[in-house]
Amino acid sequence: MLTPAVAPIEAKKKEWSPYTDNGGTTLAIAGPDYAIVAADTRLSNGYSISCRDVTKLAQLTQHCVIGTAGMQADRAVFHKLLRTRVDYFKYKYGKTITPTALAQMIANILYGHRFFPYYCFNVVGGLDAQGHGVVFSYDAVGSYQALPYATTGSGAQLLEPLLDSHIAQRNRTQKNPPMSKDEAIAFVKNAMASVSERDIHTGDFLEIAVITREGTQIITREADGVERIKLGFD
Amino acid sequence: MDAPITRTLEPINTGTSVVGITYKDGVLIASDTLVSYGSLSRFRSIQRLVSIGPCLIGASGDYSDFQHITDLLTQKVDEASFHQDGFQYTAPELFEYLCRVMYERRSKVNPYWNRVVMAGSKQGKPFLGCVDLYGTHYASPTVATGYGEQLAQPILRKEWHPDMSLEEAHALLEKCMRVLLYRDCYTINKVQFARIGLDGQTTIEPPAPLTGTRWEAPLTITLP
Amino acid sequence: MYRTAYDSDVTIFSPQGRLYQIEYAMEAVKQGAATAGLKSNTHVVLVAIKRNESQQKVLALDQQIGASTAGLTADARKLLDFMKSEIMNFRWAHESQIPVNWLAVEVSDKSQKRTQHAGSRPFGVGMLIAGVDSQGTHLYQTCPSGNYFDYYSCAIGARSQPVKTYLEKHYKEFPTCSREELIKHALQAIKASQPDEELDTTNCSVGVVGVDEQFTVFEGERLLPFDEATMNLERHQ
Repeated sequence: MLTPAVAPIEAKKKEWSPYTDNGGTTLAIAGPDYAIVAADTRLSNGYSISCRDVTKLAQLTQHCVIGTAGMQADRAVFHKLLRTRVDYFKYKYGKTITPTALAQMIANILYGHRFFPYYCFNVVGGLDAQGHGVVFSYDAVGSYQALPYATTGSGAQLLEPLLDSHIAQRNRTQKNPPMSKDEAIAFVKNAMASVSERDIHTGDFLEIAVITREGTQIITREADGVERIKLGFD
Repeated sequence: MDAPITRTLEPINTGTSVVGITYKDGVLIASDTLVSYGSLSRFRSIQRLVSIGPCLIGASGDYSDFQHITDLLTQKVDEASFHQDGFQYTAPELFEYLCRVMYERRSKVNPYWNRVVMAGSKQGKPFLGCVDLYGTHYASPTVATGYGEQLAQPILRKEWHPDMSLEEAHALLEKCMRVLLYRDCYTINKVQFARIGLDGQTTIEPPAPLTGTRWEAPLTITLP
Repeated sequence: MYRTAYDSDVTIFSPQGRLYQIEYAMEAVKQGAATAGLKSNTHVVLVAIKRNESQQKVLALDQQIGASTAGLTADARKLLDFMKSEIMNFRWAHESQIPVNWLAVEVSDKSQKRTQHAGSRPFGVGMLIAGVDSQGTHLYQTCPSGNYFDYYSCAIGARSQPVKTYLEKHYKEFPTCSREELIKHALQAIKASQPDEELDTTNCSVGVVGVDEQFTVFEGERLLPFDEATMNLERHQ
């Protein structure tokens, strides 16, 4: 008798998934002479809140900040990897990598993990060579695009139409001039507060990185004397 | 023929919740001494809080994995001391190392099936961190693993304040352990507390039963 | 000029128990442009002579670690790359800076391996490693032989003997020196290796690290504020 060419089908073994979604929302806006990257600080684990104060932002250079939603463990390692690469670039070439070059590098690293991806949904904000704000948005495997604004994470679906309406001013008969830096900051606060009302994985604190020619200022958990931005109720 | 690759698909001998809080002069953590085998209360007197170099660790989840992690960290601390240059890892440095180890194993889809709590000090302030089998990690003044995350963490967040005395901290954790004893099946009334001061001094208290528990039928209890 | 029957391989001892290849490698260090280092309780300063303006003799490797080299430039780059990777690995695992002592040990272990295997040659480079960590300020010298030394101050490279003489004469003052005094000593010391030439903005570079200061390399115009009298810096502006 011939032995069957195909092995008998076995019951699917139980498997453990190495992925987990810790939620959170990021938002980035490119202005004429500034860029903003913002994110909440909640760390969710299913329906429970593991920690109320974990940053999703990482300042990579003087003029470039990344915000990452998705899996916290992957994010921590991904941010660490980027910091290492930025540091190595400085050592190797004696100058700081530009935000646009870094944006491409991020895509390359993500794609490099195409078959075991980082569960990271990134937005990157910075200034280009002319000093104009630039924002890049990514998927987990490195597709990326420069955009005037971007949002990722558990609240992205709630934010996107708001951004379409207020920043791109879609379907408006009368268009307003682009937002100033301060208007944009105020808008980000309101927009993220709205998301935290409806998305249970977004909340606690809001961190905002404002990138201008002078450098980056982050309203963050470690800043002393700066009042933290609380999202929602106590 | 080569032996098939084997992986941990479920924990076997497990410990339940570990709770921890920072207080004025250090960090206090607590757990019970039970290691369960499924729903069997198999080992009733096992210490799940361990002092390693500059820190104190405790874990819920698979006990053999925890023992292995303990060995890894001890080895790390010992290797550093062999340089004889006065350098010692700080708790945050060891915590970062532990996070990398946990993440590395999850990336091999063969995790250490634990959630580990690490206590120590960071630049003269209390340090309390937590890392799970995915490598998810955070530092927080209140930490609770296992059922503690659902049952103890809300109490801790509500009642914790930064200038707690040791007595207050002790009372708060006792309260949490009592709640866990009532509601978590996989507990035992033999609880251990351990603390680490800002100077790195660790004190592991002998296990003792919780006091003030009440088991009468509800009808016989006079509500306050 | 040294040629003997026992110097064709690094793994062959001479009857006197010497390893000539290693000694020749040590000679390569002596051919390299001089570099010196000295430390106080709060700062470490490296200074190096550059034979070529674009040469990188002093490098920042981490927030509070830097190094300077004397000897074969290509070998130096290899060792510096190795150090950088050790530094990055430590940061990856601990989110902090490697203890300076450990880095010196890693470099020495790597150098030592090259003294015990046939078919390879020792690194022809000596290095000064300056850094600050939880144990204070540090200055280490590493050799092609795999030896490393912990110094208050030292100098290696061409004509470094007069530099050492200067340092030996003054080293007792160093522990309490201010940052500026230490830099001044460094420049004056290295000047002793240049009997016929003044120091200027093109032929030297300085690295400074302190307890509250990141390792910074000063070259060209950035050297001007340090010590105009000593360096005669006007010439090359």
